[in-house]
Amino acid sequence: MNSIIEDIRATARQLLTDGKVDVVIGYEKGSLPLSATPCFVRSPQDTDKLIWDETCENNLAAFSTLTQGKKAIIAKGCDSRALVVLLQENQLVRDDLYIIGVSCQGVINKKKIEAETGEILEASINPGKITVKGMECDKEFTFAELKDASCQTCRYPNPVLEDIHIGGLIEVAQQAAVFADVTEMENKTDAERQAYFKEQMSKCIRCYACRNACPLCYCKECFVDCNSPKWLTGGVDSAENLFFQAGRVLHLAGRCVECGACSRACPQDVDIRALNRKMSKDVFNMYHHESGISVEGSGALNEYSADDPEAFLVKE
Amino acid sequence: MNTETKAFEPKIAAFLCNWCSYAGADLAGVGRFQYPATIRTIRVPCSGRINPLYLLKAMANGADGVLVSGCHPGDCHYMSGNYVARRKFALIDSLLKHVGLEEGRVSFSWVSAAEGVRFAEVVKGVTERVTALGPNKGVFKVEDGGGTNE
Repeated sequence: MNSIIEDIRATARQLLTDGKVDVVIGYEKGSLPLSATPCFVRSPQDTDKLIWDETCENNLAAFSTLTQGKKAIIAKGCDSRALVVLLQENQLVRDDLYIIGVSCQGVINKKKIEAETGEILEASINPGKITVKGMECDKEFTFAELKDASCQTCRYPNPVLEDIHIGGLIEVAQQAAVFADVTEMENKTDAERQAYFKEQMSKCIRCYACRNACPLCYCKECFVDCNSPKWLTGGVDSAENLFFQAGRVLHLAGRCVECGACSRACPQDVDIRALNRKMSKDVFNMYHHESGISVEGSGALNEYSADDPEAFLVKE
Repeated sequence: MNTETKAFEPKIAAFLCNWCSYAGADLAGVGRFQYPATIRTIRVPCSGRINPLYLLKAMANGADGVLVSGCHPGDCHYMSGNYVARRKFALIDSLLKHVGLEEGRVSFSWVSAAEGVRFAEVVKGVTERVTALGPNKGVFKVEDGGGTNE
């Protein structure tokens, strides 16, 4: 791990010294234990701030469209897929972008720790193990049990688009797309699913952290902020929350790269992923499309075929 | 609330494309084919113009059902509008069912300008299903224009 950090810093230093980029977007140590925070390095001497470990959970592609000038960006597999979608949608200029690819073992989900130990006071990361001193108790976790849900089904730990690769490649455990989680949900009755989502949506406080963390939610004006037409009121109501989440998920259909940044950003632990995964499954099964795999081509909803399935039509 | 004795007549928001389904509805009227007066027609330029949020908003505002109809694939006035819409509709339909919206609340169809009789049939069918489901109980219905969780 340390050699990866050294290589990232050396690459960033070189890029900034040579003037190839104006800014390197990476991670630095956050102010809380087990947190990494996005950082923007603009001078070669600041590159020592950069880190790389299992806490680097943000999708940095979310900052790529907001950052002016030539930028280098540290990209995991999912970050690179988001960058590919942004390039397809003409939100980024390839020549202004230098992608420092790093293969990713997966990131941890801190909510899994906090559920057991309470607020994290201190923590240390050793290979494969994370030792936590919590408000309620101390505990040692293995990395595997803390791995985020989206990383467990990840099929692209290695960046799909990069200018330089740092560290080794990771063997993909899962070759075929599997949607066991979605199938499990589909097998429930309508009433069970309705009750499940109602409960999830009643937790949502509409802070829009999911939207802000999402690399592909880049609309200048989100539909939730729109006054004319006024799609949503400002209040928090579980039906309105579902309206927001369903609207957002439909905007991401065929585009979502399943990085899980929305779910990890959620302070209320709403199961946003269940909706996004459902759309990914449908897009994969109906249109044989996975988003952000190659710069050529476009989103599933930008294309069509004369024999697309029409099972949704009324019988008359 | 003792209005149960009065037969429930659903309110259905119908998004019809200008070139086919709206003309089909017109033909049904000109030909005097009877169909239930449950739909509130909203004319849109093309089924490709239909934003998923329209359907959600209609239900949030209390529509008991939604009908979406456009030209048959291959007949779009704008060549590919309904092909693009078809992928969108398939995903909307699937997502709405996934979050527990009753089957039959939201319906999709293709009706051409020559299919006046069929338009009447579609409206009859949709109305029957929505009537059977009863009033919008609200996966999406917002009470009193939004506010707080109970």
